[in-house]
This record gives sequence, C-alpha cells and structure tokens, in this order.
Amino acid sequence: MATTPTVFRLDDASDAPEARVRLRRFHPDDLTATCGAGVSAFCAVWLVYERFTPLSGGLGFWLSWYVVFLALYWLIVRGRDGRMAATDRLATVVLTTAGLGLLVPLVLIVGYTVYKGWTALRPAFFVKDLRYTGSLSKATDGGGLHAIVGTLEQVGLAVLISVPLGVTTAVFLNEVGGRLARPVRLIVDTMSAIPSIVAGLFIYAVIVLTLGQNGFAGALALAVLMLPTVTRTAEVVLRLVPGGLREASLALGASEWRTVHDVVLPTSRSGLVTAVILGVARAIGETAPLLLTIGGAFVVNANPFHGKQDALPYFVYRLIKFPQTAQVQRAWTGALVLLALVLVLFVAARIVGGRKPGSAGILRRQRRHDRRERS
Amino acid sequence: MSVTIGAREVPPPSLDGQRPPSRLIAEGVSAWFGTHKVLDRVSLVMEPGRVTALIGPSGCGKSTFLRILNRMHELIPGASLAGTIELDGVDIYRGTRSPTDTRRRVGMVFQKPNPFPAMSVADNVVSGLKLSGVKVQSRADRRDVVEHSLQRAGLWNEVRNRLTDPGGALSGGQQQRLCIARALAVEPQVLLMDEPCSALDPTSTRRIEDTIAEISKEVTVVIVTHNMQQAQRVSHDCAFFLAGENQPGYIVESGPTDTLFSSPDDSRTLDYVRGRFG
Repeated sequence: MATTPTVFRLDDASDAPEARVRLRRFHPDDLTATCGAGVSAFCAVWLVYERFTPLSGGLGFWLSWYVVFLALYWLIVRGRDGRMAATDRLATVVLTTAGLGLLVPLVLIVGYTVYKGWTALRPAFFVKDLRYTGSLSKATDGGGLHAIVGTLEQVGLAVLISVPLGVTTAVFLNEVGGRLARPVRLIVDTMSAIPSIVAGLFIYAVIVLTLGQNGFAGALALAVLMLPTVTRTAEVVLRLVPGGLREASLALGASEWRTVHDVVLPTSRSGLVTAVILGVARAIGETAPLLLTIGGAFVVNANPFHGKQDALPYFVYRLIKFPQTAQVQRAWTGALVLLALVLVLFVAARIVGGRKPGSAGILRRQRRHDRRERS
Repeated sequence: MSVTIGAREVPPPSLDGQRPPSRLIAEGVSAWFGTHKVLDRVSLVMEPGRVTALIGPSGCGKSTFLRILNRMHELIPGASLAGTIELDGVDIYRGTRSPTDTRRRVGMVFQKPNPFPAMSVADNVVSGLKLSGVKVQSRADRRDVVEHSLQRAGLWNEVRNRLTDPGGALSGGQQQRLCIARALAVEPQVLLMDEPCSALDPTSTRRIEDTIAEISKEVTVVIVTHNMQQAQRVSHDCAFFLAGENQPGYIVESGPTDTLFSSPDDSRTLDYVRGRFG
C-alpha cells in the first residue's frame, strides 16, 4: 500500500498572523490571592485594634497588617499550589516589598524638598543674588545666583583637578603596576576614609591661612574628597577592559602609551564617566570642607581665585538657621536647585559618555556622505 | 598613496608594490614561565610566501613559540627565553629593532576575535596605522586602506555598507576577518595566527582558510591549529610539537605538509596525524 506523502502547503499559512504562545500570562487567581489576603488581613487587624484590644498607633497597625498579610497569602497559595510554591511566592513578595521600601526614603526626601522649595522658586532665583535682600524681605525676593555660580565653579575646578589625577593614577595602578602599586592603592583607600571636615582643615591650614578664603580653596578641598572615589572607580573600570584588546593593540605595533590612549581609555569611556559622576556626587553636596574654605557671600563673585564665594550647600546651611520664614523658604529653594543641578549634571554626563562607537570620529562625516549617496 | 611615518625608518606601505614576505628563522629557542620550562631548543625555518602550520596536542608550547616570533611572549610577567629569531637576517631580540617595530612587521591574529569595541568597522581596520604611529594623510587614502584591507580579508562585500557600525556588531566569523584585515592594514611581512578558527563555525572557517590561501602569496603565514584537516588544507609546511608529561615542548618533526602527513619519519607524528592520540 502506497502511503501518501504529507504535503505541507506553504500557501496554507495564509495571511492571518500566527497566534503567539503567551508565556507568563497573568493569572487572575494571583490578583485575587493578593487582594484577598490584603483585605482580610486589614479586616482582622482592624478588628483587633479598634474593637477587641485597646491597641493604637499607625506604625503598629500597618506592621501587624503586613505580617498577617504575609501569613494569609502563604496559606492561600499553599492551599492552591502547595508548600514549595507558597514559600517561593512569599519570598517574591517580601523582596518586592523590600525593594519598594528602599524607594520610600528617596521619594520622601526628593518629594519633601520639592514641596518645601517649590513655593519660593521663581525664575529670579537663577538671576539674582541676595545683595539687596535682607531677612525680612519676601521669600520670592532675591535669589541664589551667587551660590549656583559658586557651586558650579568649585565643583568644575575640583573635577578638573581630580579627574586627570585620578584617571592617571588608575592607569598607573592598572597598566603599569609594579612594586609601587600596592602602597599607592593603600594610600588611595585610606584617603577615601578622610572625614570631609579634615580635608577642609587641611586646605585651611595650607592654603587659606596664606591666601585667604576663596572658591579655589574650596575646590581643592572637594578635589581631595573626590580623588579616591574617582581613582578607585576608574581602576575597577579599566580592569574590566579585556586583556585581548591590549594584546591586539600591542601586536599591531602600538606602544603601551598608544594602547592606553587609543584602546583602553576609549573602550572604558562610559565607565569612566561613571567614575566622574560618582566623584561629583561625593563632592557636590559637601558642606563641611566649604565652611572653612570659601567664606560664604551674598553677592555674585565669578572669580574663584579671589574673594569669598558662596555655594549651594553653604547657602542652605546658613539660611535654614534664620528665624525668619522667608530665609528658611529660600534655603529650601536652594536645596531644590541643588537637587535639580545634580540631576542635570548626571543626565549630561550620561549623554556625553553613552555615545555609540564610531559616531564621534571622522566617520560621522563619511556616514552623512554615505547616506547622501544612497538616497 | 602618500604616507608619513613617525621618527622610525620604515618603508611606506603601498597598495601595489608592497614589501616582499620575509623568512623567519628560529634557532634553538627555549622558553620559560618563571622556572617552568615550556619549550626546549626549537629550531624552525618559516619560508617566505608559504604557510607554516604548527600542530600538536595542547600544552606543548605552540602558542608560546608563536608569541615569541613577534615579541608578545615577553609581555607575560615572569616569561623569559633563549635562542635567536631572525627576521630577514636580523635577530629581533638582539638587533637594534624595537619591539614595537618588530610587532608591526610581524602581525598577529588571536584565537578569540578581538575587534576594538569602541571603534567602527572602518576605524578598526585603520587602527593599526594610527596605533603604530603611521599617519594616513587624506580621507581618500584612508578609504583606500580600508577597502583594500577588507578585500584582502574577504570581508569587503559583506560590510561595505556597514563601515560605520561598531566592530562588535559583526558576527563572530566576520569579526575574525575584521581582525585579519586590521592586521593586514599595517602591511606586515609575516602574519601569525593562533588558532584563528577554533571559535568559528565551518562556513566562517572555510572563508578564513580561503583568505589565508589568498594572502599567503604576499605574506608569510604561521598558523597554530588543532585541526589536522585544516593544517592539511591550508599549509605548505608543517611542524609537529610534542611535550612529555611535565616536560618542555619540542619539535618532533617538520617539513612539507604532504610528506609529514603521508610518510613521516617519526612514528609519533604518524600516530598524531592519523588521530591515534592527542
């Protein structure tokens, strides 16, 4: 008996799109289990708190609720899927809660600062200083330009000092090495433990006593604090560059300097930007070293090398201590602007550091040329 | 094409009349890592314009020998060596030639494709020129070098429209050919290949073998391979390395590939090429 061969007809696939298999489909039972456990836990705890016992207090209430919720949730899932699945799901819920719980302080800090700082935030804050503004003027009078200028200049100078130094040290530790690498690494680690006020005191003793307080002294103090962060992060980032790339470069006849400059550093560019970001994050909110070095001012002083300067953290520190509400509001606005400044700097750094390979070089022009040819 | 070279005295690479392939002579080469001896008095002549394959089981010093040929061995801390390597009659370890100049003349392709991830395909190809201090004057010259090198590596047709893509975006086989193009762009006289196909699929391997056959007319090729058939397909000469347990490696036998595979002098060679051990 001849068997008819099965023929797969290609046109049978028709035009209708194939139905994709939906994995990890959300199960309605999950929602009922979670909500059910939540609601019944709430009811049980409410009964205990409000009717059966004289207990009170929001924190205790919600903690008890969470514990009862977990217990009920575990029981429900066990009844349906068994013990193993229940423990698994319980762990998922606890970890999710922990993750969300970590967000709470962040959201609260940012939220509260925005809430408090928003009221006195006017465009004028970015263009005026406190030259003609006293403690009794309205919160919307004057502004923080002098502090913004000061912070930008001090942090900018600190970056200019600490990033080349830190990256060079990292290159030394990672690419040159040798017997000196260990003590240098130890010193860098020790430096990261320097209390910021000590860094300020050091600059105060070395610079300020002879040259007086100015923005540059503040930048030096910040650079001392940034240096270990930048160095250690950059070192870790450079260590991540595969050894094969260095070998490839050396095998092409490159000197070690060329290899570092043209291969290792460009490959780790986005990581190095992270190193800079972490350094800036360490420095931008520092107040203690600035107390001793910049002197503080209520007027714009754009020259960091001469005369006292202000900075946003210092601005906040001084104004928040005033008894007048207007000054306190100004301080909150300063804090908000500081937060926004950090955000802007980080986004800018990510954009600069995250460029795709090849887009920066000479090839950009060629790509444009290619596109023109194709079209 | 006009090229300016840094301080060094190097004949300019040219597209048509390039430098002839070189003869490499290894004489009594031994090598150590710390106190551990890995190679014992290896002597081998690698003839110009021919492909020499180094075969033998793992750990018998083939790769070490290869890395000695372009002074990559000394980059490993604790590594040392004895013997002489002559490139066109000049001892690369005792002569006046700098290590970087030697490496420029003796290019290398590694086991794992390693294009520079921060550079585009085209930048990868010309990176060798930049890295070794050769300045390409105009953009037209640069394009010539890119096209010519990619063509020699058999990759031009596949990537001609993707020159600005990052080097890491290519497939594994393409990446390896990109590395070959990169090595060829500096116009080396010798090209060393350390198991260039061991991470690739058969189709890519075939392409790279074609490339080797193509470039061997202009460049002396030395290739380490674990693949007996590959050695038979691509090489003119062959050297069989062997190492006893905890003993340094040495060359059992070397000679024309045909002879080595059909009628070797040593019974161990015959056993190895027939696949009876190793």
